[in-house]
Amino acid sequence: MPSPADWSAIWLTLKLAGLTTAILLVVGTPIAWWLARTRSWWKGPVGAVVALPIVLPPTVLGFYLLIVMGPHGPVGQFTQWAGIGLLPFSFAGLVVASVFYSLPFVVQPIQNAFEAVGERPLEAAATLGAKPLDAFFTVAVPLAKPGFLTATVLGFAHTVGEFGVVLMIGGNIPDKTRVVSVQIYDHVEALEYAQAHWLSAGMVVFSFLVLAALYTLNPTGKRP
Amino acid sequence: MIEARFKLDYPGFSLDVDLSLPSRGITALFGHSGSGKTTLLRAIAGLERVPGGRLICDGETWQEGDFFLPTHRRPIGYVFQEASLFPHLTVQGNLDYGSKRATHRPASADILSPPRSQNQLAAPHGSGVGLGRPGADFARLERIVDLLGIGHLLDRKPDRLSGGERQRVAIARALLARPRLLLMDEPLAALDLARKEEILPYLEQLHEELDIPLLYVSHAPDEVARLADHLVVLDAGRALASGPLTETLARLDLPIRLGEDAGVVLDVTVAAHDAQWHLARVDFPGGGLWVRDKGIPVGRHVRVRILARDVSLARERIEGSSIVNSLPATVTALGDDAHPALCLVRLDCGGVPLLARLTHRSAAALGLAPGLAVWAQIKAVALIG
Repeated sequence: MPSPADWSAIWLTLKLAGLTTAILLVVGTPIAWWLARTRSWWKGPVGAVVALPIVLPPTVLGFYLLIVMGPHGPVGQFTQWAGIGLLPFSFAGLVVASVFYSLPFVVQPIQNAFEAVGERPLEAAATLGAKPLDAFFTVAVPLAKPGFLTATVLGFAHTVGEFGVVLMIGGNIPDKTRVVSVQIYDHVEALEYAQAHWLSAGMVVFSFLVLAALYTLNPTGKRP
Repeated sequence: MIEARFKLDYPGFSLDVDLSLPSRGITALFGHSGSGKTTLLRAIAGLERVPGGRLICDGETWQEGDFFLPTHRRPIGYVFQEASLFPHLTVQGNLDYGSKRATHRPASADILSPPRSQNQLAAPHGSGVGLGRPGADFARLERIVDLLGIGHLLDRKPDRLSGGERQRVAIARALLARPRLLLMDEPLAALDLARKEEILPYLEQLHEELDIPLLYVSHAPDEVARLADHLVVLDAGRALASGPLTETLARLDLPIRLGEDAGVVLDVTVAAHDAQWHLARVDFPGGGLWVRDKGIPVGRHVRVRILARDVSLARERIEGSSIVNSLPATVTALGDDAHPALCLVRLDCGGVPLLARLTHRSAAALGLAPGLAVWAQIKAVALIG
């Protein structure tokens, strides 16, 4: 049976993934919109930066975030100056790191969906008197709904599944930064295989259900 | 009056036009693909930003110098080649999208003229709802929905409509946005012949009732002949001609071919039926013409097309001929035709121009010269539409 510490880790994981996904939808949508529509030279470099977390080892990302957010890094100096203290080894720091880590998994599906929508529906909206922001919310977003669904599921699931970045930035502090993946690591280290099984099997079932739901609800190629 | 001046230079494509277009009736922008007609229409809609362009619509500046009125603030209706309905909304939702956002557009801008008596509104669907009074939004919706015959489709999503139905909904949607200028970019080009024939009567009906200008981009001669009042011929980004349809078609310096041959298109009115011989008489300022009766009621406006090759000339009225239609006319000009043996003769027939094709030898034998009175013998008159 899962112990209270396990339940705490599960709750923390869900909280982290939920918050991260929410922030990413807000931050990622404008980036995806820009990437989908710009003809600027910057599209390539910005797209590459967004995609970096896919290829980089999480330890690399964690290492640099640690330096930037640490006492001598620019972000760390700012947070100290602002009275927030230091982000590493806190839940807030974990959220910031997760946002970077899961960024491509949210931006790319939304960007693809916006690209599939194309210019024409927005031009039609403009000829009907819709201001750009109006057209964005009443035409582009509804038409890109499958992309948003995919982005939400992938962003959430990918955050639940992270380990390396958590360990680098969050450490292993019960109730604060010890998420399920770290808890499983601890159990295995302590040779508590029964406990590790509970959590690991839970993760497998969770991930399967999420992806099955995604592919069932959102079959690719069926929508415009 | 719509004044449009645009100049664009891309590698392999250029646009250089300076046009004054009438603010009533249908103006066809006619030309081959790549002639710049769609770019011109998009520039007028503000969908294409042409730096340095100038666009004045009925005295209102839409673009000049650094000033550029964005598309969503231009009181236009736009119909794209593919209907471009919003797939996530029902037909009703699509219609409402424009009408809800058009509330800032002046209510006085009623785009359809007041309905006339029922017998003049014979086809295809005419309703007798007046639109002049305030709070007539619902009546406006009803009338436009009726006009385009889409009342039974309102609850459907666009993916459950045929191509023709979709385009009719798109036209209704554009009309409901209360435009002061209607723009259509080859609205029938993506449809097969049967669908096209399904929509053309609706457009002709619209032509009868529309009180705002319509710019209609097309490369299809039959659509232009049936719909246009004013013709702009575009070629390689330049306007070769711009003028009233009949006048422009009758130009000798620049024979515009709508289809296979030179000829004119006349606006006529059905005046009488001859039930015994299945003929109908249509009148125009130059006289009356007998055409095959298609059952069109008396009083309706229709169009006929008379090709230059079907018109022959005589100095006197010829009796005992099989040719039914013979009209007095005056020669106004002579011009060369494609082959050196042939010439085109421009005639004035009650103020309306006609074209006749003769051999140069016949012209010389008849002593044709501007001012000469002749009889135009018209072998074939085609009712179009």
